Amino acid sequence: MKVSLKVWRQKNANAAGEFKTYASPELNPNMSFLEMLDVVNEELSNRGEDPIAFDHDCREGICGTCSLVIDGKPHGPHKGVATCQTYMRSFSNGDQIVIEPWRAKAFPIVKDLVCDRKSFDRIQQAGGFISVRTGSAPDANSIPVPKENADLAMDAAQCIGCGACVAACKNASAMLFVSAKVSHLGLMPQGQPERYKRVKAMVDQMDTEGFGACTVTGSCEAVCPKEISLDFIARMNRDYAVALIQGDPKQVVGGGAG
Amino acid sequence: MATLNSQIPAGPLSDKWEKHKFSSKLINPANKRKYKVIVVGAGLAGASASATLAELGYEVHNFVFHDSPRRAHSVAAQGGINAAKNYQNDGDSVHRLFYDTIKGGDYRAREANVHRLAEVSVNIIDQCAAQGVPFAREYGGLLDNRSFGGAQVSRTFYARGQTGQQLLLGAYSALNKMIGAGGVKSYTHSEMLDLVVVDGHAKGIIVRNLQTGEITRHSADAVVLATGGYGNVYNLSTYARGSNVTASWRAYKRGACFGNPCYTQIHPTCIPVSGDYQSKLTLMSESLRNDGRIWVPKRKEDCKKNPADIAEGDRDYYLERMYSAFGNLAPRDVASRAAKYVCDEGRGIGDTGLGVYLDFGDSIRRLGEGKVRERYGNLFSMYHEITNEDAYKTPMRIYPAVHYTMGGLWVDYNLMSNIPGLFVLGEANFSDHGANRLGASALMQGLSDGYFVLPSTITTYLANVKAGGRPATDRGEFKQAEEEVRNFTRRVTSNNGKRTPDSFHKQLGKIMWDYCGMARTETGLQKAIQLIGDLREEFRTNVKVLGEPDGLNQPLEKAGRVADFIELGELMCRDALMREESCGGHFREEYQYTPNDPEVQQGVVNTGDVKRRDDQFAFVAAWEYAGAPDKAPILNKEPLIYEEVKMSTRSYK
Ligand SMILES: Cc1cc2nc3c(=O)[nH]c(=O)nc-3n(C[C@H](O)[C@H](O)[C@H](O)COP(=O)(O)OP(=O)(O)OC[C@H]3O[C@@H](n4cnc5c(N)ncnc54)[C@H](O)[C@@H]3O)c2cc1C
Ligand code: FES
Repeated sequence: MKVSLKVWRQKNANAAGEFKTYASPELNPNMSFLEMLDVVNEELSNRGEDPIAFDHDCREGICGTCSLVIDGKPHGPHKGVATCQTYMRSFSNGDQIVIEPWRAKAFPIVKDLVCDRKSFDRIQQAGGFISVRTGSAPDANSIPVPKENADLAMDAAQCIGCGACVAACKNASAMLFVSAKVSHLGLMPQGQPERYKRVKAMVDQMDTEGFGACTVTGSCEAVCPKEISLDFIARMNRDYAVALIQGDPKQVVGGGAG
Repeated sequence: MATLNSQIPAGPLSDKWEKHKFSSKLINPANKRKYKVIVVGAGLAGASASATLAELGYEVHNFVFHDSPRRAHSVAAQGGINAAKNYQNDGDSVHRLFYDTIKGGDYRAREANVHRLAEVSVNIIDQCAAQGVPFAREYGGLLDNRSFGGAQVSRTFYARGQTGQQLLLGAYSALNKMIGAGGVKSYTHSEMLDLVVVDGHAKGIIVRNLQTGEITRHSADAVVLATGGYGNVYNLSTYARGSNVTASWRAYKRGACFGNPCYTQIHPTCIPVSGDYQSKLTLMSESLRNDGRIWVPKRKEDCKKNPADIAEGDRDYYLERMYSAFGNLAPRDVASRAAKYVCDEGRGIGDTGLGVYLDFGDSIRRLGEGKVRERYGNLFSMYHEITNEDAYKTPMRIYPAVHYTMGGLWVDYNLMSNIPGLFVLGEANFSDHGANRLGASALMQGLSDGYFVLPSTITTYLANVKAGGRPATDRGEFKQAEEEVRNFTRRVTSNNGKRTPDSFHKQLGKIMWDYCGMARTETGLQKAIQLIGDLREEFRTNVKVLGEPDGLNQPLEKAGRVADFIELGELMCRDALMREESCGGHFREEYQYTPNDPEVQQGVVNTGDVKRRDDQFAFVAAWEYAGAPDKAPILNKEPLIYEEVKMSTRSYK
């Protein structure tokens, strides 16, 4: 099979971008989408043209690096998979495929199809953790966790941090991502002591980064490669409301000489 | 010659670690913040080390080439992590985990390191559970376990098929906590391109920012490499595409010894290659072997038939036949080689004939499709995505693929290389898995090194370093290292070459797989060394890198990594050639059991099993760079002394 590609090319963050069209060489339907791009790039390079920059690493849907909008859909035509798990057999001979990067204010473009997602890291640095020092943990089985909670926490924890939810949202909201993180820790007994402090810090950082508001259209859930549920957003909103009512904890000064 | 002192503490095996910790020097809390430590890598090993060192008060600078620390290749681990908790009451203990790991490594690992690993394993699970890692649980709320490749007890903890991602997110959250608190400065998109050695000590690194192309110098009181394994030397592997050997290799070229480079693990259950466009091989978790049965047709003529049309009696469940005690759960090296044998006999299945069946038919009949779906649903859908086949209806096709590298930079008991001040953790070091790694033990080692070992052993070095005395980055050593990095970039971008870095990588991978893969011979390895030498030369003159060095340039990144892989490939072949024995994942065709051997006649091993030669090869091969890529490297030997376990023939029958 052969396809034609309409690809977003942009030299760097400050340059203006444009679409360029390329004809693919002969392809095998069992190729992954990224392998198809490898083959196209090899041809471009051999012709002396700058190959298309795109992000990828594990190529098995777990690292969250790949990030392409394919024909208007983040991660392409199939539900519940990432770009790297999309295969050419999902397209037909002669198709034109449009490929764009994630587009969001908080994900500036670095080059071509590569964007910068450091804003996600900063949200987690603001509070996405349980404060436990190495060496201070009790025996693991001394903290039983009801299986339902552990399973639900795991549903949330599956998020691979790719940012497709942001790319799909017309407001470029990061609510699905943040709510998955907040819910994972908030559902575990270990996460209770910092539960409200955590949600407040993460949501505030999310706003600072310039992500938009959530209007519950559900486009994020629809493209999520791990099919993270919108319910987590509701759960986070409840926690956030409680956090606002509670206000900041009173500062207690330590001290006392012994 | 390098000086190699393993620094193994004296005393009984089970007391060594406790005694060592007690006798190691301490650094007072007020002084700790005066020491700056560079950690390269934020996989399980690097993230856990960075977080813990920062908690202790050191100033930590963490570097990753990824766009976020959370994307380290550790994220891809599926199956689980071992720990000697004995929560299942099935006879596990620290000693049994130690023993299994030593035996699994085919008696080529250090006893003291492995014992420490087994001891620390229990703390890891506690630590991760406290961080909120959502491990699988039983209905009572307690942690669940499963048995995993090569073990007869259930000591593996897991989080669905994503144990690596969940453990990494735990370590990443600890790292984030310390970044937020100002204890760690995190540099992403930052690739270490050289190690700076000042007066014989590791004191800094040279880094390229992959987004801007900027090259910077960083100095520190100690440098920690936690940069992962080098299996991508084979091009096709289960590793992420970005995994590379550059950090370790540049350290090697600055004088760090490379230990046992030829020890590679080929994993038995991966999806077979489908075409030459292939960029990676996907692992199907070994946990599948708990319920799947591996077979090929007994007769060659049946190989192209629909498996459903091959009668039960015409199937050869060869692992069950050859290794009755372990059956389908035989260790990876054993299972991979057996698959190779049956395919070499012409009994392989699929279009290429390089495949065997992993069949769930029996389990589905016994447990019902629902139960199988519950256990392995995500793996079955992954398999379906890739192959377009439904493994509930027809058996999976699998074949071995490169998966892990047991070799790595040589380290002593303190995880310090022979360059003082350079520490190496996780898959990047050589230390704990001998010639073969058991399933679920790499995650354990990475976290053991990072959370518990390094934070305690680094003081053995730092206590003798003057606080605040690290060199300034305008010293000659820094300038020179930076200049070498710039020279490489200039050379490959201005070269009038014709071939892309990727095309060299493919060619190298094929040489390595053909001659230094699952079976190796003297003539094959000699040929490979010659071919790789030619390839190195061609790369120098004929590589082509387009685009500018400033800013994101993926072919430039690739060129540096491939250049290092080519040199590493040659060293691996030299190591494999030198090691005139078979052990674990290293199989030299000349050294295997034959029907005439008493061990075969007594039924301890099978014909074709690996034959060690302990009298001559019970040592770690620590290779030292001789100053130029075309000069033969120098072999240093660290003898392996077994005090506790008797080196014996490894039997899984
Ligand atoms: C598909 C798969 C499944 C696996 N499943 C299991 C399992 O179930 N159980 C198990 O125990 N093991 C498993 N393993 C093995 C295990 O995952 C790895 O051995 C382990 O995670 C390696 O961790 P690490 O911290 O040493 O390195 P990595 O996680 O590879 O991290 C390397 C880090 O170094 C950085 N880095 C590398 N080079 C540079 C450089 N030059 N400059 C800057 N940064 C650099 C990277 O950015 C990254 O942060 C699996 C491996 C694979 C491939
Ligand atoms: S490349 Fe890792 S998720 Fe796609």
